[in-house]
This record gives sequence, C-alpha cells and structure tokens, in this order.
Amino acid sequence: MGQTLFDKIWDAHVVSSAEGFPDILYIDTHFIHEVTSPQAFDGLRKRGLPVFRPQQTVATADHNVPTWDQHLPIKEELSRYQVDMLTKNCKEFGIELYGLGHPYQGIVHVIGPELGITRPGGTYVCGDSHTSTHGAFGAIAFGIGTSQVEQVLATQCLLQSRPKRMKIEVNGKLQNGVGPKDIILYIIAQISAAGGTGYAVEYAGDTIRSLSMEGRMTICNMSIEMGARCGLIAPDETTINYVKGREFAPKGEEWDKAVAYWQTLYSDEDAEFDSVLTFRAEDIEPMITYGTNPGMGIGVTQHVPETASFDVKEQVSYKKALDYMGLHDDETLLGKPIDYVFIGSCTNSRIEDLRQVAEFVKGKHKADNVTVWVVPGSKQVQEQAIREGLDKIFDAAGFPLREPGCSACLGMNEDKIPAGKYCVSTSNRNFEGRQGPNSRTFLASPLTAAASAITGKVTDIREFLKEEELV
Amino acid sequence: MSTKIFKHIQTPVVPLAIENIDTDQIIPARFLKATTRDGFGNNLFRDWRFDENDHPKPDFVLNNPTYSGKVLVAGKNFGCGSSREHAAWAIADYGFDAVVSSFFADIFKGNALNNGLLPVQVSDDFLQKIFDAVAADHTAEVEIDLENQFIKISATGEQESFEVNPYKKACMINGYDDIDYILSQKNKIEEFEEVR
Ligand code: SF4
Repeated sequence: MGQTLFDKIWDAHVVSSAEGFPDILYIDTHFIHEVTSPQAFDGLRKRGLPVFRPQQTVATADHNVPTWDQHLPIKEELSRYQVDMLTKNCKEFGIELYGLGHPYQGIVHVIGPELGITRPGGTYVCGDSHTSTHGAFGAIAFGIGTSQVEQVLATQCLLQSRPKRMKIEVNGKLQNGVGPKDIILYIIAQISAAGGTGYAVEYAGDTIRSLSMEGRMTICNMSIEMGARCGLIAPDETTINYVKGREFAPKGEEWDKAVAYWQTLYSDEDAEFDSVLTFRAEDIEPMITYGTNPGMGIGVTQHVPETASFDVKEQVSYKKALDYMGLHDDETLLGKPIDYVFIGSCTNSRIEDLRQVAEFVKGKHKADNVTVWVVPGSKQVQEQAIREGLDKIFDAAGFPLREPGCSACLGMNEDKIPAGKYCVSTSNRNFEGRQGPNSRTFLASPLTAAASAITGKVTDIREFLKEEELV
Repeated sequence: MSTKIFKHIQTPVVPLAIENIDTDQIIPARFLKATTRDGFGNNLFRDWRFDENDHPKPDFVLNNPTYSGKVLVAGKNFGCGSSREHAAWAIADYGFDAVVSSFFADIFKGNALNNGLLPVQVSDDFLQKIFDAVAADHTAEVEIDLENQFIKISATGEQESFEVNPYKKACMINGYDDIDYILSQKNKIEEFEEVR
C-alpha cells in the first residue's frame, strides 16, 4: 500500500520507535521566541544541560515587540525584560538571534520561509501553535508547549505519537475577490473549530495547487484553528521556485540533491487517509467570522445563525459568544459599522498580502470612523514594501505601515483594540479578549479588511470589484 | 528530574459548562510576560473572573464559595487555541489536579500531561451526568483512578473508563520525565544524525 506525504516525512525522522511509547522524532529546525522559551532555558540550567544542537535553533523577538519606533528601548517593562531575557539566553547557549534591529527579525512563521530555513520534507517545531504555517512547503510542522521546547533544546527530538491523517481537497475556480483566507475560514466553518483534532491534514486539489506559496501558508497557518496537529501541502514547482536562491536554501550540488528528494514527496495514489473531505471552490464566498472561535464564520452576505438552530447543550455557549460580540440572532454583518482594521499576523502579513491590499487601496482613503494598522510580518517584508513604494500608497490611504511583529493579533504589546470596539482583522483568532480585553474581532481576508476600512463598515469586496470593472 | 505524581483522587468539582474554552480565556496573553512558571493561578480565567477594575465577578464559578475541589469540569473542546503551556500552569497553580471534559484540544492535552495535570476525556453523556450531580448537590464528589483508568461519581456510583497514553500514564504515576527518557537514547540520536 502507498504512503501519505505525512508518513513519508514522519518515517524519515523517526529516531526510535517502541510499542506503547510515542516515537522519538528528530527535529530539523527549532524556532524559538521570547514568550514561550524563558522557562525552558531555566529548565536546562536546572538540569545542567547545554542546548544539544544550537545551530539548528533559530530565535527571533516577535510577540511582545512594539511596532512603532523599534529603534528605541521597549517602553513596557515586562516586555523589555522578556526580550532581554531571550537575548541573554541565546548568548549563553550559543543560539543565533534575529532580534529587534536585525534585518531578519520578524514573526517566526514569516521569517523561517523567507530565509529558506523552512524546506520541503523537513520537521519544524516552535512554542507557538501557528507553526503549522511551515507545512505549506510539504513539511511536518507543529506548535509545542514550553516543556517540549525544553525537550527539543535538550535533545533536538520530540516525543510524539503519530496523528491520524486527513485529506482536504478543494477543487474548482474561486470567485473574483475570494482568496486563500476565505478558503480556510470556509473549511473551518464547515468542520468546526475541533473538526481536525487528532489529525495531520494534507490540503490537495486543483484550487490549492493553483495558490502561491503565500496563499498556501495562509491555509496551513490556520490548520490549528480546526484543532489539527498540522497542515501540509505536497511540494511542486511553485514550492521549489520559492525556496530557490533564498539565504539559507541549499546551493549547487546540494540543491540538486535536495530537489530530487523533494520530488518524491507526495501522497501515493493508493495512500490511505483516515478521513477525506472535498469542497467546491465555487461555493466559497468572501468569509467573515461573527463569533468567538474561528469556526463561527459565514459568507459575508449570510446571516448570523439562530440560537434555536443549535443543540440545547450548545445554546449557552452560543448565546455567550453572541452577547460578547454584541450581535443577535439572524443579524447580517454586511454594513455593520467597524472601528479598527488590522492587516497583519503570521496569517496575512507577507509581501503578497501587502501588495494586494496596496493595489486595492491605491487612490482610495479610509473612512473617518476607522483606525487602520498595517503590520508587516518581518523586517524584510517591510523593506520590500518600502522599495516597491507601497508605504506611500498606504500613507495616502490612511493605512500607516508599521514595523514588524505579532502586534494586534494577540495584543501583548501596545497595539490593542479597545473594549467594545469592532475590528476587522486578517489574523487567525477571534477569541474573547484576543486583541485586547473585551475587544470584538471579525476575522476576514486582507481584501475584505481593506474594503471595510474604506467604507467604514463590513463590506462585500465583490461589490467593489464589480464597480471597478465598470469604470 | 522528576515531575509531579498523580495516582488517585477523590474530590468535589468545579463545574464550568462552557464549550470551546480556549487558552486565551484560561490565561490571557497579557499575563504571559512572566519568565518563571509560578503564580499564573492568580490570573486563571482572568477576564471571566475579574472586571476591568480587578473586582471579582460574583457570578463566575471560581468566585462562588459554594464550589471547590481539585477537579475542573468543562464543556467540550477544552484548551483549544494557542500552544501556551501557561494555560496548564495556571490551572495547576490554582490548585486543580485534573480537568474533565468530553473533548480536549491536542496541544493542551500534551501540555497538561507534562505538568502532572490529568486531562480526563469522558463521553458527552457522562459529562452531563457530572454536571447534573453537581447541580443536585454542590459538594458531589468524583473519584479519578489513573492506575485503573476510571472516573466515578461517588454519590451514584456511576463510572466510566478513560483513555490515556500508556507511556504518559507511567510518567504520571512514577514522576518520570520525557527528557530523561530521550537522553537515555542519546546514542540513537547521534547515529540517526550520522546516517541520514
Ligand atoms: S502573529 Fe499571532 S498567531 Fe502568529 S505567531 Fe504571532 S501571536 Fe501567534
């Protein structure tokens, strides 16, 4: 019987496997950041252990950092302390740090791919659940807790039981204005925020194949929002062309050898999956979430579900979510006034996202009632945007381009959405208080977010695009 | 190094019948700035427990003196969202030894097991039975036996068995530690690095 892509990569990384025990899985690269690593380094100190493979560990500061005036010392004391701690730990244990001010600094899931560290066939972990992003290259990548960060620092290995495999196919042609973010929000709305729990999900089908690497990363990034262990997409020409020539990508003979191997990385025709789901691209509208988990999403023209449509047991939680969001049964979000727009996060802060938004907002201006933040995923994305003149377009539109970091995705720095305010956000989580205490998040694509910033209310991007075609 | 040991407990429970409780609710991001593992219990369920002036919200279960106990019982898909182990630390630091739900998110489950906090996954029906038992009598106790893998409602004697990875079970009962286990096979790791 054939093998799935996931099993091929997993098997190539098993150091040892024993009945009744999880496998010992070898990790190619371990990404670390300031928030989930300090306790792990402390653990190493207590055990008197070094970092086992410091050259396979890459650090950056992203979660806590300000996105304005990054050249100045961090104002917030605890954040500054945490970032300083990372610097100190990296120095002590011999780890390369792309800290503030470094040309490679940025959100950990943006810098790995753009530096050519993330490659097909590899295994990647990080103390951050959106590590699933790296799976877009045809790799196994998942988020881990701090005890496991310590484990990987100490051994370059992780104890893991093999998850089940799911295949999600999307076929067909997307409507104009519908993109990767809409695809993944649609899938999660269909299968719920727990629908992928226990699975490694391979995305396939001609719609997925047609996406750029950026788009594929957006999809894999949100695998965790359906509970999946990880998401992955078989590498192809698009993948290989993306990796080629990047800073840490293999060169010369090494490159040829690597590509030859990567070309063997696909699920065999007769590979068996524990679950297979199929969706039609034509069915997908621009998506928006209305609730407090990413599974609570609808097409932008649809109505918020009625409480009575849920099982009695689920109604309490459902009502709580609607109350939090200040919404009611059967409400339509279309036309609802908003206060903030956040374009950023490891889901949608890559150069392609910024280009798409810039192209759309060129010659337009944001509505007066809306504050817009555009936060690039990395220093490199920021510089590229400036080189291409996108910052000027953004400025003219009232969309200031800030400096890289996680920012309002989780509101650990000062970029917080105030209590009670509505934010259309390109990030990945709409949990209560995620963007700031009592903030209210509508997750959407960069285009929907940009269009909503222009009108000041939740907007169907397709209407805009139709009008633009007419002129 | 050894970790916290868990074998058997019998205790009243704290009921929280909400589904999809994510780790941002368990411990909001702004409290993740600490660099040690201690003290997170003070901020467990921070925004459900306290208002914006840091006053306890009387209707939240942790502020209700009627309920106490070492087991948190919660709705399905508990611990979804972020991989922050701080969520498991906060629950354990607050004084819970186990969490019972009808479904757990993967990463949370692993993090809990790595911290001597036992995630007990029961059927939807059994979960409802526990909620019913506590509604009838707020001092209702449950018994959790890890060795024999069952959970029992003491008052009614109803019980259900639960799954746990055999390796993780041995770790919790004996206080074994993953890093010690992997390092005992260091030669295999080095061999792997050479031949790959
Ligand atoms: S951008 Fe948001 S989701 Fe991504 S790594 Fe940062 S905090 Fe996590």
